[in-house]
Amino acid sequence: MPPLAQRNLFHDKVRLTVTLTGIVFAVVLIVVELGLFVGFTVTTSGLVDHSNADLWVTSKHVPYVELGVPYSERKLYQVRAVPGVAEAQKVVSRWAQWKRADGRNESVQIVGLNPDSVMENPWNLVQGSVQDLKQPDAVILDDIYKDKLAVHHIGEIFEINGRRARVVGFTHGIRSFTTSPYVFTTFKRAQDYVSLPEDQTIFVLVKLAPGANVEQVRRDIASSVQNIEVFTSHEFSRMTQVYWMFTTGAGVAVLLAALLGLVVGFVVVAQTIYATTMDHLREYGTLKAMGAPNSYVYKVIIKQAAMSAVLGYVLGMIVSAFVVKASQSGGAAILLPLPMAIGMFFLTLTMCVSAALVSISKVTSLDPAMVFKG
Amino acid sequence: MQPAIAVRQLIKTYSEGEAKVTALRGVDLDVHAGEVVMLMGPSGSGKTTLLSIMGCILTATTGSVRLSGREVVGLNQKQLPAIRLEQIGFVFQGFNLFPTLTAGENVELMLDLKGVRGATAKNRSQELLEQVGLGQKYNSFPDDLSGGQKQRVAIARALAGDPQIILADEPTAALDSQTGRTVMQMMKDLAHKRDRAVVIVTHDPRVAEFADRTVHIEDGLVVKKSDIEIPKELLLTNEFDTTLTAI
Repeated sequence: MPPLAQRNLFHDKVRLTVTLTGIVFAVVLIVVELGLFVGFTVTTSGLVDHSNADLWVTSKHVPYVELGVPYSERKLYQVRAVPGVAEAQKVVSRWAQWKRADGRNESVQIVGLNPDSVMENPWNLVQGSVQDLKQPDAVILDDIYKDKLAVHHIGEIFEINGRRARVVGFTHGIRSFTTSPYVFTTFKRAQDYVSLPEDQTIFVLVKLAPGANVEQVRRDIASSVQNIEVFTSHEFSRMTQVYWMFTTGAGVAVLLAALLGLVVGFVVVAQTIYATTMDHLREYGTLKAMGAPNSYVYKVIIKQAAMSAVLGYVLGMIVSAFVVKASQSGGAAILLPLPMAIGMFFLTLTMCVSAALVSISKVTSLDPAMVFKG
Repeated sequence: MQPAIAVRQLIKTYSEGEAKVTALRGVDLDVHAGEVVMLMGPSGSGKTTLLSIMGCILTATTGSVRLSGREVVGLNQKQLPAIRLEQIGFVFQGFNLFPTLTAGENVELMLDLKGVRGATAKNRSQELLEQVGLGQKYNSFPDDLSGGQKQRVAIARALAGDPQIILADEPTAALDSQTGRTVMQMMKDLAHKRDRAVVIVTHDPRVAEFADRTVHIEDGLVVKKSDIEIPKELLLTNEFDTTLTAI
């Protein structure tokens, strides 16, 4: 086919610019909103996803990881006695107040763990080590929140709920969805910080023995330990994500903004492609008069829309890449995983081709007899 | 010999709201291969409607239209484009070239519709442009061509489909008289030298001399030629330059 679609598209540079601006705007808006959604979702369940545990044992009716309810430490030993359990550790996760050097308080989320366990250790450590937590008053936090917590370097002393805390390490990129930074410390010290009675824990994390059946062990724990619930890490992660993203409505708002981007993009692209089609209506009438079937004319219009989509997508992703990169140093990460980038391509293509359908309906009803009118 | 176009008792009625307007009231017409038939008549007489129906662009209300023996009245909107593509080449008053395509690509577009693509299409397109004296203009865009050159590209495009019937709607209306005469001579050559049936709708009595027959239409009816006298001063002389490249 002679390059009619390409030429029509590139012939009017102003209209092409408007079309591409619309698509780029839509792509960037959708990527940012979906990226925020993915970023938020990953952030909400980060503590569970990076726990390296197979099972989480919680009190009954715990909806998400931030809302753990204390229960007796004796249950830890009951869990350890269940066949198939290789390791079980107590973990605390609770809010506390961090006192900055200037006297201001910031809310933080204390995570108490066993530094000798492979479970629930701080990840992405860039300074210090998990073993440093064994030092007196040691805590590890994320460097993203240095400004928020007024931390400048390792060794600085602060107060958490009136008790001494000394920074011994930094992680990078462990964000908190609630904006209260995670502060990692030992289980014992965490009990002090959050005033949890000595004989209580909030979670027990379980690592299965090699070859153990996760469902079997889970059933065995549930039947042998009273008043607890057992979740796989995947389940507990999903529960936490669903709570924050959907029950609170936060995720819905972000998704609605992404949908808005899609609608705006659709309208802009539909308008410009329609206007281009109207400009070339006489040519399409001529094509039909020459004997071209409707499908031939559709191909021209769809090809035009598809080319707009590809160009708009490439430009949009370049802009989005800058936005995503810029977000990495902020409190809210925008993530752009490869499947999302690929999905965006097809979404953009679908958006543009659907937008072209408005023009196609116009061409379908076009009377080729128009070629004889003036 | 079977006529290329055989029209019998053709009636075309348009609906305009509740009113009905009859554009053709029972037209009979035969056009044979190798002849140029000029359709003349005042505005609104029905000549363009007749051309559109013969060109399978409009459908008749009643009557019969046979193209190379095949009845086309009653064919549906999916069948008619195929007939147009197979049998008919159009030449329009406003040329109707695709402004974003070069002259060569305009011709190639018709070849593409016929399923001829790639180098074959390019060579054929070049050949057709050479036949109309525009071999050097393959890469020129319509905006860079004169009116006469545009119309010759349109003729090359019409010929690309290798049609037996050429239908032209006011092909000289947008051209100066000298260029118009050259284009008309080309149309005449198509009929006489290539055995095409050529039907031309025109208001312009000066081009009537290029016709083998002139059919006058008034109020949707064919009026015998003897019924209308063409003023002699409007007739062209034969002293025109047929050098195509001179346009």
